[in-house]
Amino acid sequence: MSGHGSGFAALFQKELLRFWRVAFQTVAAPVLTALLYLLIFSHVLEADRRIHGVPYTAFLVPGLVMMAVLQNAFANSSSSLIQAKVTGSIIFVLLPPISHAAFFWAFVAAAALRGLVVGLGVWLVTLPFVQVWPAQPLWALLFALLGGACLGAVGVIAGIWAEKFDQLAAFQNFLVLPLTMLSGVFYSIHSLPPFWQAVSHYNPVFYMIDGFRHGCFGVSDVAPLQSLAVLAASFAALALLTLSLLKRGWKLRT
Amino acid sequence: MRVAVSFAGVVKRFGAFIALDGISLDIGAGEFFGLLGPNGAGKTTLISCLAGLARPDEGRITVLGHDVERDYRTARRLLGIVPQELVFDPFFSVRETLRIQSAYFGLRRNDDWIDEILHHLDLSDKADTNMRRLSGGMKRRVLVAQALVHRPPVIVLDEPTAGVDVELRQGLWRFIRRLNEDGHTIILTTHYLEEAETLCGRIALMKRGRILALDSTANLLARFSGHALVLKLAAGQSLPALLQPYCRAVRGDEVELALERLDALEGVLATLRQAGVGVADLRLQPPDLEDVFMRIVGLPEATP
Repeated sequence: MSGHGSGFAALFQKELLRFWRVAFQTVAAPVLTALLYLLIFSHVLEADRRIHGVPYTAFLVPGLVMMAVLQNAFANSSSSLIQAKVTGSIIFVLLPPISHAAFFWAFVAAAALRGLVVGLGVWLVTLPFVQVWPAQPLWALLFALLGGACLGAVGVIAGIWAEKFDQLAAFQNFLVLPLTMLSGVFYSIHSLPPFWQAVSHYNPVFYMIDGFRHGCFGVSDVAPLQSLAVLAASFAALALLTLSLLKRGWKLRT
Repeated sequence: MRVAVSFAGVVKRFGAFIALDGISLDIGAGEFFGLLGPNGAGKTTLISCLAGLARPDEGRITVLGHDVERDYRTARRLLGIVPQELVFDPFFSVRETLRIQSAYFGLRRNDDWIDEILHHLDLSDKADTNMRRLSGGMKRRVLVAQALVHRPPVIVLDEPTAGVDVELRQGLWRFIRRLNEDGHTIILTTHYLEEAETLCGRIALMKRGRILALDSTANLLARFSGHALVLKLAAGQSLPALLQPYCRAVRGDEVELALERLDALEGVLATLRQAGVGVADLRLQPPDLEDVFMRIVGLPEATP
């Protein structure tokens, strides 16, 4: 993945330390948001509603966990980069002999890990209300990791592309948020009209959440292997794109 | 001369603007080298190309023989850059900042050296203070420390004393001088001409992306700047017409004359005597770099 002394370990640790220092904002806050979603939606929609044979509140949990994983993975890499760019401290990682691959993997791994930590937090706080014990924990973990890595890579691109905080906010609000919200977090896509079901199949985030839900309940809208294939292909494409941008020094080195 | 840094035909364009117009320059190992020029001369762009922050459109740059693009890993290990902007990472303390920077260079156990740098930069008692809580001058010293964590043989300081008070500046220069005496190559860009004059053995003067003059500081001073003779004439008297062409400035009742060579002094005094002009006071000023700078770069007024 990265050669010895390439700077990967140092940059990865620094990125972990960065979000851990402000864990109240980077972990506790999104966990609370997810808990509020759970309480409100389950209060409004429960009423004997079952999806895939699972009570609605339980159905909601994997969606909320995965949404937290994805949004926080994106937030981690993108906010770290935009902050470093705006304050100029990006220079500290541009001057040392850190390879573009080490740079990529450090940001993506830290982003995925922050996603996992927040996701775990969401799952833990939902336990008093509804107990969801993953039926296939390894599947769940794999989808969470790959999904987090995908959004971490998207965050790297967005963080390097954006020159101001509001550009990044636009990216987050008009792309990441709709893609995650409209991907089956709160519903099964089988409940959608055929047209929107078809549209959902073009949203890679749908496969992330559906695959993760499979890990939790052993049932899903599409076959888990299909979801895994879409996810692996998405990550490969994102990784190649991001690596080539970093290698060129796009927007980082003039 | 073993070459520490070599620029060969370096061209950098930003759209139609030519920031560096074919810079060729060799800086020897162990030199204390000054890069001077007005704002926009291309000094920082040149440093950025050396540091890998910018990529030249043409030409080649090496650090101790290692190409900064093809062999960037080695080249960057050999370089310590103190950036011009006062930047810092607000999440960490001074010691954490230096440990993280060490780790980027693959140095895991570097605390002895970090302590030594902190001591020399008078930062020991701030080691555990968060970067946000440091004054501007202290942040500047941390930037110097960050550039030194990996003991680079070539140290580049881009306007390092801007905004640093006099006392700190002296301390900083003592430390940098010591590093130079220990064999480090120092490249300095500065606006403070006195600093360059006292510190640098050799100087390149840049303007609009080109090198206008490149010589030892002593030669530059001798070549481009004569002594100045400041005369206070007796009350009511004025400078004889014969001496008017040498007049460089008039300040109140003082006139400043340019002397190309010291032995011209005799002629000036003879002319004054013949014209019957009395001299109330007289002093001789040695050549200075500001003078050289103004003559070569042709700025109307002194830069700060």
